[in-house]
Parts: sequence; C-alpha cells; structure tokens
Amino acid sequence: MTILKADKISISFGGLKAVTNFNLDLQARELVGLIGPNGAGKTTVFNLLTGVYQPTEGQISLQSRKEDALKLINNLKPYQITRLGLARTFQNIRLFKDLTVLDNVRIAYHFNVKYRALQAILRLPSYYREEAELEQKALELLRIFKIDHKSQELAKNLPYGEQRKLEIVRALATNPQVLLLDEPAAGMNPQETQELMHLIRFIREKFKLTILLIEHDMNLVMGICQRLIVLDYGQIIAEGTPAEISKNPDVIKAYLGEEVASDA
Amino acid sequence: MEFLNEFLQQLTNGLALGSIYALIALGYTMVYGIVKLINFAHGDILMLGAFAGYFVLTYLGVTPMVYLCSFLVAMLVCALIGVLIERTCYKPLRNAPRINALITAIGVSMFLENGARVWKPIGPNPKQFPVLASLQDFSFFGIKISGVQIVVFSVSLVLMVFLHFLVNYTKVGKAMRAVSHDRNAASLMGINVNRIISMTFAIGSALAAAAGILFATAYPQVEPYMGIMPGLKAFVAAVLGGIGSIPGAMLGGVILGVAETLSKGFISSQLSDAIVFSILIIILIVKPAGIMGKNVSEKV
Amino acid sequence: MKDQIIKILGFGILILAILGALMYFGIIDEYTTNILTQGGIAVIVALSLNLISGFTGQLALGQAGFMAIGAYTTAILVMRLQMPLYFAIPLGGLMTAFFGLLIGFPTLKLRGDYLAIVTLGFGEIIRSLLNNLGELTGGAAGLKGIPQFSEDMLFVSLISFVWVFLVMLVIILMISNLIKSSPGRALLSIREDEIAANSMGINVFYYKMFAFTLAAFVAGIGGGLYAIVFGYLSPKTFEFLKSCEFLIIVVLGGMGSIAGTVATGFILTYLQEFLRFLEDYRLVIYSLLLILMMLFKPAGLVGIIEDIKGWYRKLREGKTVNKGGEIR
Repeated sequence: MTILKADKISISFGGLKAVTNFNLDLQARELVGLIGPNGAGKTTVFNLLTGVYQPTEGQISLQSRKEDALKLINNLKPYQITRLGLARTFQNIRLFKDLTVLDNVRIAYHFNVKYRALQAILRLPSYYREEAELEQKALELLRIFKIDHKSQELAKNLPYGEQRKLEIVRALATNPQVLLLDEPAAGMNPQETQELMHLIRFIREKFKLTILLIEHDMNLVMGICQRLIVLDYGQIIAEGTPAEISKNPDVIKAYLGEEVASDA
Repeated sequence: MEFLNEFLQQLTNGLALGSIYALIALGYTMVYGIVKLINFAHGDILMLGAFAGYFVLTYLGVTPMVYLCSFLVAMLVCALIGVLIERTCYKPLRNAPRINALITAIGVSMFLENGARVWKPIGPNPKQFPVLASLQDFSFFGIKISGVQIVVFSVSLVLMVFLHFLVNYTKVGKAMRAVSHDRNAASLMGINVNRIISMTFAIGSALAAAAGILFATAYPQVEPYMGIMPGLKAFVAAVLGGIGSIPGAMLGGVILGVAETLSKGFISSQLSDAIVFSILIIILIVKPAGIMGKNVSEKV
Repeated sequence: MKDQIIKILGFGILILAILGALMYFGIIDEYTTNILTQGGIAVIVALSLNLISGFTGQLALGQAGFMAIGAYTTAILVMRLQMPLYFAIPLGGLMTAFFGLLIGFPTLKLRGDYLAIVTLGFGEIIRSLLNNLGELTGGAAGLKGIPQFSEDMLFVSLISFVWVFLVMLVIILMISNLIKSSPGRALLSIREDEIAANSMGINVFYYKMFAFTLAAFVAGIGGGLYAIVFGYLSPKTFEFLKSCEFLIIVVLGGMGSIAGTVATGFILTYLQEFLRFLEDYRLVIYSLLLILMMLFKPAGLVGIIEDIKGWYRKLREGKTVNKGGEIR
C-alpha cells in the first residue's frame, strides 16, 4: 500500500532548478534511502515533502489515517503535514536548545494535548491529569534511546550524538506514520552509527513506521535500506536495491566523477 | 488650476523634505545592511550635526563660505562620533543576541539626547539656527522654490551622487557590499571587516550630519530632541524602500517626504504623522521586503 | 506543580500585607506608596512585553501604544458613560486586545524585525491620534479628573496600591501558569526555532497571535489601572521612550524571566525617582547604566543573581578549605 507519494515534483530558486521531476512511491513499512553527492537536492526534497517549500510543479500525497485514501498535501503548512503523520529530523540539528530534553519531547506531543490555555491558567484537573500522562509518555520514549536520565538537562548541553537521538525522539513523539531522517548518523563514530542502525530498525518495528532517510554513511545505508534512490543535480539518476545501486555506472560516475568511472 | 498649483507646490516642498529624509535613511539602511542593527541613535547624530553647524556659523559668521565649511566640520565631527559609538558600544555586541545591540542603541540615543541637554554649550532650550541672508526665492510657473530648498536639493544631490559612486565604483564600496552580503565570506577573502563596518558608520553619520544642517536650515531651530522624529521617519523611509537597499532608501525618503507634505497640505496637518506611519504598515503588509528590497528566505 | 501557585500567592499576599500595614500606619509615606503603585503598573505592562518578546521571541516596540489604548478606553468609559471601574478596566483590556488582533493578523506572518517596526509605527499612530481626536481624548492637553479608586483622599494611595498589586499578582500567576503548560511550551518553541516548531506540529502563526493578543490585553489592563490611579492622561505619557522603558525592564530582568521582570520593574521605577535629585543628569546616568549593563552584564538581573550564587558557592568552598587547614 502506498503511504507517501510524490508525483513529478519540481522546485526552482530564482531560475535555478533545485529539484526536477522527483518521483517517490513509499510503500507502508518500507525503509528507503535517499543518497547522492553534496548539493544534489536531497534536503530540498525533504523540505518539499514536509511543506517547508511548496513545489512549483507536481503533487505530493500522503495516506490518510482515517480513510483508505491518499490525501493531497501540496498546499499544507508544515505543522498540518506533521499532524497528518509525516515527521522529520533536520540535517543541521534544530533542537529547542535552551529548553530541557523533556520539554523538547513534550512540545512534539503538543498538538495531541486536549486541554487548552484556559484550563492551564486556571489549573483545572484536566491540566494535571494530562501533564502527568505527557511526562510519562515522553520519558518512555526517551528511555528507548537511553537518554531518559538526562530529561532535565538543556538540549544544548547534550553531546552531539545524543542531540541527534533527541531529534529522532522528538519526531517520534508526533506519532508519525512516515519518518524522514536527514543524515541521522552525521558526526557519529562507527560504533555510534552501528548502534543507531539497530535503533532505526527497532523503532521501525515498534512504531510500525515507514522510513525515508538521507545518509552519507554508505555502511549504514547499504546495511538497513531495502531500496535506494540516487539523486544528482536535482534529478533521480538511479533507483533499486543496495546491491543494484552499488554496481550502477551512473551512480559511480556521479559520486566519483567521469574519469574515475571510465577507468573502473 | 488652483488645485494643480497647490499640488505642485506641495510636491516641491515634499521633495525637499524627502531628500533630507533620504540622506538620513541612507545611514539607517547602510548600517542595517551591514550589521543588521536598527541604529536608534542615528537621529541623534543628526542633532549633533546640526549643532556642529550651529557653532561653526555662530562663531565664524554667516557667509556662504562658512556655511559650506559648516557641512565639512559637522560631517567630520559626526563621522568620528559615529565610529566612536560603533567601536565602544556596538562592536563588543556584534555576536550577542540582536536585541542586546538594539537596546544599547536605545541607550546611546538617550545618552546623546540627555547628554546634550546637560552640556552647557547646547543646553535644553531651543536655539535659533542662523540662516544665510542672501538666499533668494525663485518662481517657476507660479510654483515657489525657496533658496533653502535649492540648497537642500543641491547638497543632497551632490552627496547622493557621491555615495552612489563610492558604493558602486570604488574598492571600499565593493568591500562594503561584500560585507553586507556575507560577513564571514568577506573576511575570508581578506577584507578587514571591522574597518569596513567603521567606515559604514562614518559615512552614515556624515550623511546624517549633513541632513541635520539641512533640516536646521529648513526649520531654523536646533534643540537636543530634534533628531527623534526625523530619525523615526527616516527609518520608516528606509524600511519603505527596502531596508539594506541604497536606492531604496533614497526612494523611500522622497516618497515619505512627499506623503507627509501632501497629507499636511490636503488632509490634516496634525494627522500627517499618523498617515505616514499608516503608509509604512500598509506597505509592509502588501510588500514585506519594501519597495526595492529582496525577499530572503531562511535556509533550512 | 501545585505548590507553584501557593508559593506565588502566599508570597505575594504576605508582601502585600506587610507593605499595606506599613502604609496604613504611615511608616511608608504616600510618596513611596505612589512609586510602588507606579512600579506595579510598570511590572504589569513589562510582563505583557515579556510574554511576546521574552517567551515567544517576537520583538515589539509599541507596548506604550497598547497601554494608551487601555488607559484612554477605560478613562472614556468611566468619564463619559459613568461605567463602574471594575467593568471599565477589563473592557479597556478587551479593546486593546482587539487592536492587538488587528495589528498582529497581517504582521505576525512576516519574519524578523517587521513586528518591531510595525509596532513602533503603531505606537506613533496611536499617539498622533490621541493628540488629534478632539474632545474624545482631550487632544494634547489630555484627560483630567478621571474618577479614582476611592474618593477618600486619605487612603486613595493605599487603596490604589492594593488594587494594582492584586491585579499584578493575578497576571503573574496567569503568565507563569501559562508558561508551564503545553500551550506555553508551544510559545517557547517558537522563540527557540520557528521552523522546528512548525515541523513539530505547532501552528506557529496561531500561537504568535495568541501571545500577542494576550499581551495586548494585559498591557491594556496596565493602561486602565494607570488612568484610574493617576486620574490624568496625556498623549505625551505614551511616547516611544515609554515603550523602550518596558523593553529595558524586560531585558535587564532577563528575557523570559517573570521574577526578573517583577524585580526590575520595581527597581527601575524606584531608581528613576531616586535619581531625580540629579535633575537633568538623571537620564544621562540612567542611559549610561543601561549601556554598561548591556555591554557587561547582558543576562540582566538573572545573570547577576547567578554570579552572586557562584561567589557564594566559592566562598563556602573557600571556607571549608580553610577549616581543613586549621585541623591539619
């Protein structure tokens, strides 16, 4: 069953085409990698899918949770798309730096919170009830990533690897169907990357997620992705299983340059 | 016909006022373009410039030569003051949150105003600004152009042409544009960023000083708070034209001056300020980046 | 979390009782009482600004304009329509909130300094209108003889103080309760990173509007209290400098710190009065202090308190080391 679909989406910035005719058909529970050289437009694709940018052409649709149908999300704002079940992390970590780890996660739960500002100001029972629940849920999620003991620390004081993890926790807290991870292993050492691979597999099972990830670490990509999409100069140049992709001459050319490819 | 005449007359007055606003707005826009700071003390630099001119004219006598000299002296003095303020108050805060620099600017503005009030030679009371007696009025097709207006037009025109040349055709101008585009990259290209920022403050302040003398010539009175309203309006003009854009500041200044005199002449002289600020709000809503500004979107 | 309310209320009422008693027996004179009342009003309006700038991260420079709307609405309702104070003040707040909505709707969609610029312009428009609305606002001369909290000349200062202080307490409680809740965290997330907040499902525009309108309401209440307490309004009171004063209180207290705003509001109001003996030098010193503070202690009061805590800790550690020396 298709869960996220992009149909020939394109965007240009001041005449420069950043992404051209990008197609995507994510099946439920799939784990797909989006790779390509620097500046290929991978993050732009994420920004298009999550509503940060509006595509100049093409359509994006997401499986509705309520009914068995794809819903067009082209013109929705990022917060609306998140609420429909498409969450993301950011390449250049965008945590709420001066807030605690716990608050970072609780903010992601916000749109599911039922009490309103008035109940909070008047401190009605519904406030206390839901706040307690919220804290419980957030801590549980943090526990999966083994950072629950740091829940009261400020996000900016976490080590780099844990900041990346917190970004994933925060995205999970929005209760997504589809998770977009933008270079989750960037800046991690091999051991941490290994650990992250297991975590990604684990959360995919536990939360029944569909995952699309951008990653430069080929070991990680080849290790966990079922399918890869290769982007270069804003266009898909190849698509297939990791084994197929690693042999594809176009991909090798895009990564290593013309000459090396012909030598090989 | 009468209406047309009146309209053209107000338009002329507006252009004169507008070119003064444009001179002030240039300083705002250059500083904002380069350090992203709304320099609230800019209007007070104008006041200091006017007083510098006042002192030159009272001590040396009111002759055309001295009048010209007063511009040079005021511009030099204010350029130095501008650099001094930048070096002591703004530079240490360059990497702090922007609101800190903004509050410092408000502090500097209050300091200059109240410092001027307590400083004996200036003092709190308004002073009559000496005006050249030899200025003559002209008349074209029934529209009166006063000698003062001719002075305003010519001085601001010369300064704007000079600035245009400086920014577009000199090495310093190129460096300024580079720093305002990307400070770090400019610094990596071997541009002395600190020097360029100081230079920007110097030029902006010198222009404000010239505007101060022109303003005092047109409305012949000088007092410590005289810079506030022209400062605010010039700031509006800079935003109107697209903050950070030099032609925008010139255009914005002229539009604002014309809008002000027209609303004074045809609607209500008391409500002209309200009208001017309403124009600002409307323009920002319709075209947020200002008339000649560029829309910049944040990189994600 | 329950004890937070009790703490604020208990502490507040204790202080109110002490100050009230001291005022009643004349130990705190009327002059000082009036300064404290003025401080309370400054705190209320500064808290409103803290809500937008400190907690939601949107710089606004027209809080005096909002205060003016509240003040004039309240005064006009009381004087022209003979409305009781206890209706007029909240109505003044609502009127201000309406203006907040009006200004916020088009501008809060824009990023960056635009809110600052528009609110600045708005403040000037309001001042200019107040100067020119003829009989309704009394023009440049303003409105005189607004009915006060009590006609009893002996106790009017005390009664005014109690009212202002109580309203201030309610507002402190309201804002601190709000901030420690899910909608409050939504505001904080906007301050921290608008794009990330949006991607976490937060309707950024809605919450900016919410904060801005609520802040306008609170500033309007502050203005209404001002009108009633002083019984006299003039457009000059609400000029740009006034807006700057509130910003200064918020920043020096520490952005996003309620306790800091409260303390700084009273300290600065008192300082301004205290420095009066300096006459014209007052504002020179005041502005110098402001610049020096921004250059050397930008975290404001919160920063200073952290420093003192640090010194204290060092001092205690130093003492234990000394003791160790003695034993040896």
